[in-house]
Amino acid sequence: MTKVENAQRYVGAPQPAPAKKDGPFFVMFWRSAVGKKWIMAVTGIMLIGFVFAHMLGNLKIFLSADAIDHYAEWLRTIGYPILPKTGVLWILRAGLLGAVVLHIWAAASLTRMNRAARPNGYKSPREYVAADFAARTMRWTGIILTLFIIFHLLDLTWGQTGVKDFKSGDVYNNIVNSFTRVPVAIAYIVANIAIGIHLYHGAWSMFQSLGINSPRFNPWRRGFAIGLASIIAIGNISIPLLVVTKVVK
Amino acid sequence: MKLTLKIWRQDGPTAEGRFETYDMPAVVPDMSFLEMIDVLNERLISEESEPIAFDHDCREGICGSCSMMINGIPHGPERGTATCQLHMRKFKDGEHITVEPWRARSFPIIKDLAVDRSPLDRIIEAGGYISAPTGAARDANEILIPKEAADAAMDAAACIGCGACVAACPNGAAQLFTAAKYGHLSLLPQGQPERWTRAIGMVDEMERWFGSCTNFGECETACPKEISIDFIALLNRDYIKAQFKNRRLSGQKS
Repeated sequence: MTKVENAQRYVGAPQPAPAKKDGPFFVMFWRSAVGKKWIMAVTGIMLIGFVFAHMLGNLKIFLSADAIDHYAEWLRTIGYPILPKTGVLWILRAGLLGAVVLHIWAAASLTRMNRAARPNGYKSPREYVAADFAARTMRWTGIILTLFIIFHLLDLTWGQTGVKDFKSGDVYNNIVNSFTRVPVAIAYIVANIAIGIHLYHGAWSMFQSLGINSPRFNPWRRGFAIGLASIIAIGNISIPLLVVTKVVK
Repeated sequence: MKLTLKIWRQDGPTAEGRFETYDMPAVVPDMSFLEMIDVLNERLISEESEPIAFDHDCREGICGSCSMMINGIPHGPERGTATCQLHMRKFKDGEHITVEPWRARSFPIIKDLAVDRSPLDRIIEAGGYISAPTGAARDANEILIPKEAADAAMDAAACIGCGACVAACPNGAAQLFTAAKYGHLSLLPQGQPERWTRAIGMVDEMERWFGSCTNFGECETACPKEISIDFIALLNRDYIKAQFKNRRLSGQKS
C-alpha cells in the first residue's frame, strides 16, 4: 500500500517539513522541538543557579567592603591549589557561556519554527485566556537580558563604561561608583524586573518541558516560580536601589 | 435577540478571503451557534447567494467537526464546550460577533470556515494505535488497571480531535492533541509495547506540521473537553526517556 501524501491531494494542501534524517543521538535530540525545550529547561536551571548564587554573593555588599572584596577574591581561588588559580572560575564561565548560547540558540530556532506554523495569522483580535504577560513577553525579556548581560560585563568586569576609579578586584568601590550614576542604576533595576518576569514563566515552564508533573506537587510549581523570581529580582534590585539612594556609600 | 455577525468568507484554499457582515434580526436565545448559522444559510440560499461552508456533524460535542474562532476564542467564550454546544443565550442582545476559521499553516482553509485538519490524522498514523491479538475477545478484567490510571487515560481519551488546541496556541502547536492521543494509550498496560516508538513517532510527525509548545497553556482553556496540559508534560517526559531507552530491554518488567 502506498501512502498518499497530503501534499498531492489538492492545490493549496499543507506541506509537511521533511522527515528528520537519521544522525547521532545528540543531533537527533537537538533537531526535535521537545528536545530543544528540554535543553532550554536544563540550561535555564544552570542560569538560574548562577543568578541565585551571584545575588547571594553580591548581597555581601551590605555587610562591608571587606566582605564582598574577600568573597570576590575567593571566587578566583576555588579549587586552589589542586587546580590553578581561577581554574574553577574559568570552568564555570565556560559552562555559563555554553548554557547562554544553547538557551538563546534553541529559543531563536523554536521562534522561527513557531512563526512558520502560522504564516497567515488571525484577522480579528485574539482573546487570550491563559497566556499571561510573562509568557507572551519571554522573547522580549530575553533580548533585554542579553543586552543587559553585555552591558553589565562592560560595566563591572571590564570597566569600559566610565566607572570612576575603576580597578579590577576593587569590587565594592566599583559597584558604588557605577550605581551612583542614576541612569545606570535605573538600567540595572529595569533589567532585574525583566529577570523577574522572565523567571516567573521560565521557572514554572521548565517543569513542563522536563516532564516533571504530578498531582501531588503541581500546585507548588507556580509558587516556586513566584518565590524564586521575586527573591532574585528583589535581592538584585536592592543593590542599585540602596546605592543610588545613598544608603550604601 | 438582534445580533450582527462578521464572518470570514473565502472561496478556496488559495483564494483571497474577506469578512462579510450579516444582520441577524431574530435570533432565538435557545439556538445553538450552528443553528443560528443554519438560519443564516437558509436566508442566503433563498437570496440565491452562496451559503457559508462550515464543518459540523454530531452537534452534541463528541465528533470534533465544528471549528470556529468566535470573538477570538476557539469554540467561543463558553469553557469546555464545542461550538455546537454554545447557545446564543451566552451572548448579549445587540452584540457584534466575529467568526473566523482556525488558522495554521497545516490547517488550510478549504472554504469559508471549513479547514483541512487531516495533518492530525498523520500524527495518529505515526503511533496512535496499539497492537492487539485477534481471535476471541479477552475477558474484560483480565488486565488489572489502577483506578487513577484508568481515569487519567479516560480524561485523555476525551479528545475529539477538533484542533482547537492548534487554533488557540500562539505558536500553532498541536502538542495538546498529540499529548492526549499519546496519553490515552501510553497510560494503560495495553499501550506499553509500542510506548517508546509511539512517543518518538508521534512527536517527530507532529513537528513536521505544527509549531512547538512554549507552555502558554492557552490550548487547555480552549479545549472543549478541558484536557489538561499535564498530558503535555507526560508526552515531553516520555519523548526524552524514549531517546535514552534500550528498546531490547523493554520486554523486561523492571
